[in-house]
Amino acid sequence: MSSLKVFTNGLLKENPTFVLVLGACPTLAVTTAAFNGIGMGAATTFVLFFSNMLVALLKNYIPDKVRIVAFIVIIATFVTIVDLVMKAFVPDIYKTLGIFIPLIVVNCIILGRAEAFAQKNDVSRAILDGLGMGIGFTLAITILASVRELLGNGTIFNIPIVSENAKTMLIFILPPGAFITYGYLIAIFNQLKAKYNF
Amino acid sequence: MEFVNIIILAIIVNNVVLAQFLGICPFLGVSNKVGTSIGMGAAVVFVMALANFVTYFIYYFVLIPLHIEFMQTISFILVIAFLVQVVEIIMKKAAPPLYQALGIYLPLITTNCAVLGIAILATQKQFNLIQSVVYGSATAVGFTLALVLMAGIREQMELTGYPKGMKGFPISLVTAGLLSLAFMGFSGLVK
Repeated sequence: MSSLKVFTNGLLKENPTFVLVLGACPTLAVTTAAFNGIGMGAATTFVLFFSNMLVALLKNYIPDKVRIVAFIVIIATFVTIVDLVMKAFVPDIYKTLGIFIPLIVVNCIILGRAEAFAQKNDVSRAILDGLGMGIGFTLAITILASVRELLGNGTIFNIPIVSENAKTMLIFILPPGAFITYGYLIAIFNQLKAKYNF
Repeated sequence: MEFVNIIILAIIVNNVVLAQFLGICPFLGVSNKVGTSIGMGAAVVFVMALANFVTYFIYYFVLIPLHIEFMQTISFILVIAFLVQVVEIIMKKAAPPLYQALGIYLPLITTNCAVLGIAILATQKQFNLIQSVVYGSATAVGFTLALVLMAGIREQMELTGYPKGMKGFPISLVTAGLLSLAFMGFSGLVK
């Protein structure tokens, strides 16, 4: 696989959100507004980038039997860094994302990539994979968040799209809307994938 | 009264899966058969109550006195992973029938974000020890309820027709959405 393919793999072919359906908890929970999608995506990408890098660097030194615990410690370290940085610099987003920032540690995308990719590849490829997966996740949840924000609130990134008097469907910002929108987006993604064969 | 409030809130009003979006992976993955979802649910009740019990001591007797609250995420996830292993070993030796029934679900629980999430939420809500354990078990019962309901619906759905493009995750998610909508009817039940 060429380096470019390693990077683009996470964007479409193995998109963590639409194809692998990993990390569904933050995907559903924080996507009430498009900005939250970007914030969550950035935090996850940061952790994914550095955990993949460190796992690839240390792969020869970690005994096979304790590798999962070692990965969890590595991931938890970077999650703690993100947690403290976001608390200090973007308190508003930190407050909306709430418990889902520390929960990045149990996001299956990150442990999954460490186990399935980073520990078998060299550092540069692991970094590219982490970046690709992270950006794929960010794009996917931002799309989901934009759809929900548009249908539920009539805005995207707080920019009004429909006229102020139009009735919006509040249900799409509430929990049921998360499940339903996500379900239909996966269905649409699958159809597009079958049609254009990417 | 206070405990009744915590229990009703945790099981029905703020259902962990359908309203708080924790533990979605096992919810979508293990909810094919009613039998397996009950097994998974029982294992989660056990681990979640225990995890809340242990993390309470970690938080108030180790992290706070040492002023290292920022170590919460790391220490909690390690404790939970360790706890699941210990429970598995003890259960294998002491209660083989129970292990036969619940054993295969235990390793899955480490990656169940509901366990870590609820442990962190319990410290955020500043519950005392008993409240924390009650909160943990009630939440897990809510998790089981959602899982079993979903499994019942999915068993029926096997027999009915729906568009091919919706097969797999999409139809499960839309079903979960409708279930969540039904649960919203309970909001306002407890002040």
